[in-house]
Amino acid sequence: MDSSGRFVARHVATLPKSGIRDFFAIVSKMKDAVSLGIGEPDFVTPYHIREAAIASLEKGRTSYTDNRGTQQFREEVSRYVARNYGPEYDPDTEILGTIGVSEALDILLRAVLNPGDKVLYHEPCYVSYAPSVTLCHAEAIPIRTVSADQFALDPAALRAAWQPGCKLLVLNFPTNPTGGTADRAKLEAIAKFAIEKDLLVASDEIYSELTFEGDHVSIASLPGMRERTVFLHGFSKAFAMTGFRIGYACGPAAVIDGMLKVHQYGIMCAPIMSQEAAVEALRNGRDSMLHMRDKYRERRDFIVRRFNELGLKCHLPRGAFYAFPDITSTGLDSMTFAQKLLEQQKVAMVPGTAFGAAGAGFCRASFSTSYERIHEAGERIARFLDGLPRR
Amino acid sequence: MNSVLKLILDGEALDTAQIGRILGLGAEAVDRELAALRQQGVLLGMRPVLNPGFESEHRVRAVIEIKVRTEGVGGFDAIAERISAFEQVESCYLMSGGYDLLVVVTADNLYKVAGFVHERLARIDGVQGTSTHFFLRAYKKDGFIVSSDAAGRDRPSVSP
Repeated sequence: MDSSGRFVARHVATLPKSGIRDFFAIVSKMKDAVSLGIGEPDFVTPYHIREAAIASLEKGRTSYTDNRGTQQFREEVSRYVARNYGPEYDPDTEILGTIGVSEALDILLRAVLNPGDKVLYHEPCYVSYAPSVTLCHAEAIPIRTVSADQFALDPAALRAAWQPGCKLLVLNFPTNPTGGTADRAKLEAIAKFAIEKDLLVASDEIYSELTFEGDHVSIASLPGMRERTVFLHGFSKAFAMTGFRIGYACGPAAVIDGMLKVHQYGIMCAPIMSQEAAVEALRNGRDSMLHMRDKYRERRDFIVRRFNELGLKCHLPRGAFYAFPDITSTGLDSMTFAQKLLEQQKVAMVPGTAFGAAGAGFCRASFSTSYERIHEAGERIARFLDGLPRR
Repeated sequence: MNSVLKLILDGEALDTAQIGRILGLGAEAVDRELAALRQQGVLLGMRPVLNPGFESEHRVRAVIEIKVRTEGVGGFDAIAERISAFEQVESCYLMSGGYDLLVVVTADNLYKVAGFVHERLARIDGVQGTSTHFFLRAYKKDGFIVSSDAAGRDRPSVSP
């Protein structure tokens, strides 16, 4: 009998497992399941980007790089961020290459949080935010976002959630799982509050290129924010490069320096071939990215229309590739809805509660999959709803 | 591009009712759209793309390069149209470069292809020479990768 659990630290032992893992275990054993649970692009990385990685290997470029990433990688990131988001970052001191945004956020939290510090974040949100804060012996404080607001962060709700000891605000627009975005006016109000309360802001903008409505605005570009914002970005979503595990953080030098310490002891550097592929994506990937974005937008329009036709009220996500329909009309809670749908019709959607308590009453449906699958899922969901007791 | 055509070209095996639902049109509207595209000569037809490995195992496919003389036989078009009429011919193109027409043919076996070349093609007035190449193995067909080592095979079906 394995009794090694006694060695596991208390704060890890008590950390809940990601709700997504349980679903993955069931769906992966199911033969003809239609999964709307996929949180990554269904496109293969554009060939010219893969080719850059192949060329890197062929040239025998298989070494470590500078902890921060190659000079070329950082210079290219600096240009891309300035061109597309506004702020200019010094490649030598203000940019750090990471293993995706996941690592970037993790090392940022570890670099800036003291035990007991408080971190504000908006929910529903990506599954790792609150656990990563807990792993730093800090306290995660959720701010609820709501469907009526298209899941944008209401500055008034931010103010209400604030309490003494709050040090960091984590933002993610467009948001996984809701597709929520934040317009300039909202961001300005949030920025004003962050300055007033002297908050550091971590802005995870991994889905920013996949903005379908309006222009994406980075909070780092607003007056007074560059010096208190760490801009986190990567290649997984816009360039379909999840498996490359490559991302970056841009921010004020002292914070980046702190992150660098954690990064150099824990990770050393991002893989060199991924850095070289990323350079190609930044230089020449725009057309492929726009092509994929158009596809997502078309599929979004279909899946949202379908959910609404089926009586599952669904707002139009303004970015990312997730629909987040309200399933309360069925009388079921998120988990029961997702479990029964999977059992009865073999369609996988992720219960909204996997993304925090504010996700109750919703389920996430990824439209990063083919029309055929979305269509088939729609038919099956219709049958599932027909089989539910009339309300 | 026409939205119905775009969906078909994306290579998803959707029927007209599905296309209609996706585009927010009725199936009948999609049928009308397809009929119009056919009438305009935009859409010549729709066929499934089969894995060559699953096609009849004795069937062979060859590409034939043909050099032609155009004087006194009505020019390229006349010869190309005559060749295109053979049922063995899958496709026929006028080419730039070292030969004039490129023809793809399928037949039950190698001898039938050989017979087609010397009994049919070579006898057409204006055909000066042919060079026949047999297909051995397909790796990609009509935009589809044939290899079983498919991309995304290990992609988790649920992920955060």
